Amino acid sequence: MNTLFVEAVGLMAPGLAGWTASQAVLAGQQPYVAAPMPAAMATLLPANERRRVTATIKLALQVAQEAMAQIDLDASAVRTVFASSGGDSEVLDKICTALTQPDRPVSPTHFHQSVHNTPAGYWAIATSCMQPSLSLAAYDGSFAAGLREAAALAWADQARVLLVAYDLPLPAPMAGHRKIVVPFGVALLLNPAPPANRLALLRLTSSRNEPADRLDDEGLEHLRSGNPSARSLPLLCAIAQGAARQVILSAGDSATLRVEIDP
Amino acid sequence: MAIKPLAIAACTLTNALGPGIAASLDALRRGESGLRPCDFEDVVLNTWIGRVAGLEEEPLRGEFAPFDCRNNRLARLGLEQDGFGAAVRQARDRYGPDRIGVFVGTSTSGIGATEQAYRQRDLITRSLPATFDYRHTHNVFSVADFTRRWLGLTGAAFAISTACSSSAKAFASAWRQMRAGFCDAALVGGVDSLCLTTLYGFNALGLASTRPCRPWDVERDGLSVGEAAGFALLEWAEPGDDRVLLLGYGESSDAWHMTAAHPEGAGAALAMQQALARAEVLPAQVDYINLHGTATPLNDAAEDRAVVRVFGSDTPCSSTKGWTGHTLGAAGITEAIFVSLCLEQGLIPGTLNTRQRDPKLGAGLVLETRESPLRLALSNSFGFGGTNCSLLFGRRVRSPSPRVGEGRGEGVA
Repeated sequence: MNTLFVEAVGLMAPGLAGWTASQAVLAGQQPYVAAPMPAAMATLLPANERRRVTATIKLALQVAQEAMAQIDLDASAVRTVFASSGGDSEVLDKICTALTQPDRPVSPTHFHQSVHNTPAGYWAIATSCMQPSLSLAAYDGSFAAGLREAAALAWADQARVLLVAYDLPLPAPMAGHRKIVVPFGVALLLNPAPPANRLALLRLTSSRNEPADRLDDEGLEHLRSGNPSARSLPLLCAIAQGAARQVILSAGDSATLRVEIDP
Repeated sequence: MAIKPLAIAACTLTNALGPGIAASLDALRRGESGLRPCDFEDVVLNTWIGRVAGLEEEPLRGEFAPFDCRNNRLARLGLEQDGFGAAVRQARDRYGPDRIGVFVGTSTSGIGATEQAYRQRDLITRSLPATFDYRHTHNVFSVADFTRRWLGLTGAAFAISTACSSSAKAFASAWRQMRAGFCDAALVGGVDSLCLTTLYGFNALGLASTRPCRPWDVERDGLSVGEAAGFALLEWAEPGDDRVLLLGYGESSDAWHMTAAHPEGAGAALAMQQALARAEVLPAQVDYINLHGTATPLNDAAEDRAVVRVFGSDTPCSSTKGWTGHTLGAAGITEAIFVSLCLEQGLIPGTLNTRQRDPKLGAGLVLETRESPLRLALSNSFGFGGTNCSLLFGRRVRSPSPRVGEGRGEGVA
């Protein structure tokens, strides 16, 4: 029961402009070149909504949208798990700033966008998806926790799950208190049953105190260690390489997640 | 086939009614509300709140000092009640500390610490105080991290943050994570504490009442923000188990609007139907529904439509928000434990503060608390972003057989 198929991937990070464009770099066939992350377009949002939403929402929706575009499937049928260490710090910064001012004028829009499940809500609305959705956080282990929950949900319901992990550097006053140095977003479409086209087969096992994988490439390791969602990179590299491998992902403190990957 | 049930092996509850389960049960029986005019910090808002007394004077110390903030103080106060720590220690010995998963719901975690830090910004550099510890206070995971450390648990842990359905969904995650074999037992919980963000935020949205909240009342005009901590230890039920069991859960998304519930309660109905379906229970078999019932005009109307659609108008239901206020990310666990107490005690709480039922609403609202043997009870939790979760709990009763086949509303088999 502990197997899971990866059907599609979405990716957005500095020097990694989408999964398709990044596979050669992640497979080690091309050098990684750091470059500013392209603006997340999140074109599935209506134009008026796109103007109102934040960079965090757009990043989450962009990678989710990219993954779903790779297969012929109605997104309204797909369950979702959203994982993020800190949610939308830009919005939280605006609220906390407003709370220092006379009469504390918190914007109603900022308040409703401040919940951790805001990207999940916008995604559900944009795709007319009434399926279950979970938004979770586990600090630097957020991606591994999200993968575990996405797997558990896929197995329990015998249904596809879209896992979306995203984090942005925090705005100025909070930045010095939380080390997220690069933006990173990733989405994996997971299927508990063998799909027509698969990118990889995963086997998950909870473990403890295993040393988490690092990356040989300095630039990619800078991403991996600089963003909780980028802790997924060893897994993404293994998928891109298309070889049988095992990676250990940090699930926070002593908890680790062992992922065996078969092409 | 119905899903394998989970048993509540131990639980604890702290809210405006007081620390520990007995305080809640007493107040439920006596009809005494925990709400009071807002006296939180220096807030100047004409609204009522459900505040837990004494948190201001009880900092976390020693190895837990980095976690010190109102939310984790509330978590600690909760964990100290009802012999809960001892029950978890026994479970830890039985299952092993790395085999008990920790799934804690919260909406704002310790954002109060960041609110304070922003008010103490350096006038020149604009920096936050060096003592500000984002990771252990404000970060969403902080309360789950604190909880597992306090209890000495080392296995899978994450915080669930889906606004006001957070700690209801913790039960669903626990079931899944246990079924997947990632853990053998689960510690679920919910902790949300008063902060300026939610008080001023709900006020800005025009959703905070100037009076104690009145769910389903014809004059209802908004919610009362509360705070609470609740925890439950879950393990697989044994044959003939006479503890309160989680028999089913249902989750859905409205896919409608970020803050307004779907007017027909379509997502809410779906969540209730799935909870019934997972348990293989018919709507007519359910003896009591604890409503989300925040007392905002639109939320209650939407939930009412959903309840009537699934259950008809005869199933007794009530909102207990008049006792505790809306405890947001802790509402799911608070009301799950209320339901579990109702099943054990044979109690149907009324809907406190509600005087005149809105004639436009059709659910079987109970106004006065009454005794009644219960076998199956449902708890609803819905939140911003259109997130819905319903939990079905049950308890074996020795006598009469269930009323199978008397389905009303839309049958779920």
